[in-house]
Amino acid sequence: MRTADLIAALAADPVPERIRLGPHFAAAVGGGFIGALVLYALFVGPRPDIGAAVRTVWFNLKFVDAAALAVPLLMLFVRLARPDAKPGALALWLLAPFVLLAGGVVVELAVVPRAEWLTRLIGQNWMYCTTMIPMMAAPILAALIAAMRLGAPQHPALTGALAGAASASLAAVLYASHCPDDSPLFVATWYSLATLICMGAGALVGRWFLQW
Amino acid sequence: MSALSAPGPADDPWSKMMRAAMAGDEGAYRRLLTDIARIVRGMARAALARARMGDADIEDAVQETLLAIHLKRHTWDPNQKLGPWVNAIARHKIIDALRRKGARKFAPIEDFEEFLAAPEADDPHRLSDAKRLMEQLTPRQRDIVQSISLDGQSIAATAARLSMSEVAVRVALHRALKALSAAWRRSIA
Repeated sequence: MRTADLIAALAADPVPERIRLGPHFAAAVGGGFIGALVLYALFVGPRPDIGAAVRTVWFNLKFVDAAALAVPLLMLFVRLARPDAKPGALALWLLAPFVLLAGGVVVELAVVPRAEWLTRLIGQNWMYCTTMIPMMAAPILAALIAAMRLGAPQHPALTGALAGAASASLAAVLYASHCPDDSPLFVATWYSLATLICMGAGALVGRWFLQW
Repeated sequence: MSALSAPGPADDPWSKMMRAAMAGDEGAYRRLLTDIARIVRGMARAALARARMGDADIEDAVQETLLAIHLKRHTWDPNQKLGPWVNAIARHKIIDALRRKGARKFAPIEDFEEFLAAPEADDPHRLSDAKRLMEQLTPRQRDIVQSISLDGQSIAATAARLSMSEVAVRVALHRALKALSAAWRRSIA
């Protein structure tokens, strides 16, 4: 086929219905999050002492941190749908949750005796944390990848990894209400590990499904 | 070229043509794609030459880029210029073409401001990937693509000849173009 012939075929192809990327991704995030909520209701649930926990700083910091990670990640992810995307200043917002968490760890190390550091880091629930977060992240990750198939990301694996991190941080918002460990040391270790697991899965899935 | 140096956000000729095309102006779309093909051809020629690869793959890279532009039109932000968006897609597809031919290292591809527009080499005997890929379409899809592209028939005439509705021909054409793009992608793996 000559290029001129291809152009004739392309020009004859009717104009598609206008696709708006913003609402398209918003629907995906909403759908995925509902899936995670169902899993939460079925298998996870809030911790029994949640009434007392909400009055502590460490408990609330978990939500602030997860949300501070989720929002810029999702915005960055949506931006990558365009092939000429530039991350820009948005990427700097990703530093906020790390600074916040590192600050929490420093304070904790200062106020807690050295002998207790390891018990706090290991906590009670680390196995649960590293399996439940990826489990609840799975429907969100699937929805984000499916939505991104409409886009044209320059780097499929990287875009997938970003979707993995975004889904993990949204799942962490839910999981934080279940987890009895509020120590920043615990969060910095195990929530991060759970996020890395999701990023790896996202990169693999992205490599296959985000080619265009 | 002039399309890229024009001042003003999204007010350059290419962006205007794309907006017209998306509003249904077939002629504007055809002119725009022909324009883009010329520029991308120069870009692909330079990149393939640097990787010491033959001219035979240039036209494939051009056609793949055009297909991607067509199928991903909705990822262009009309408030931005069309040029950088086209450039990003062309780079992506040229690197795919290099990879497909086994190139390991990719010299950076310059922005297409650098390139002179190049006309399509006229060699009807060349057996390109495009021809091989066409054979992967279903007979009906191939018939429709050929009727509209090679024979220059209208959708209405094609529909009458195949006793299909016009809507069915349009849908089949769109599916065929997507299938063509997917077949190209598979040939990388």
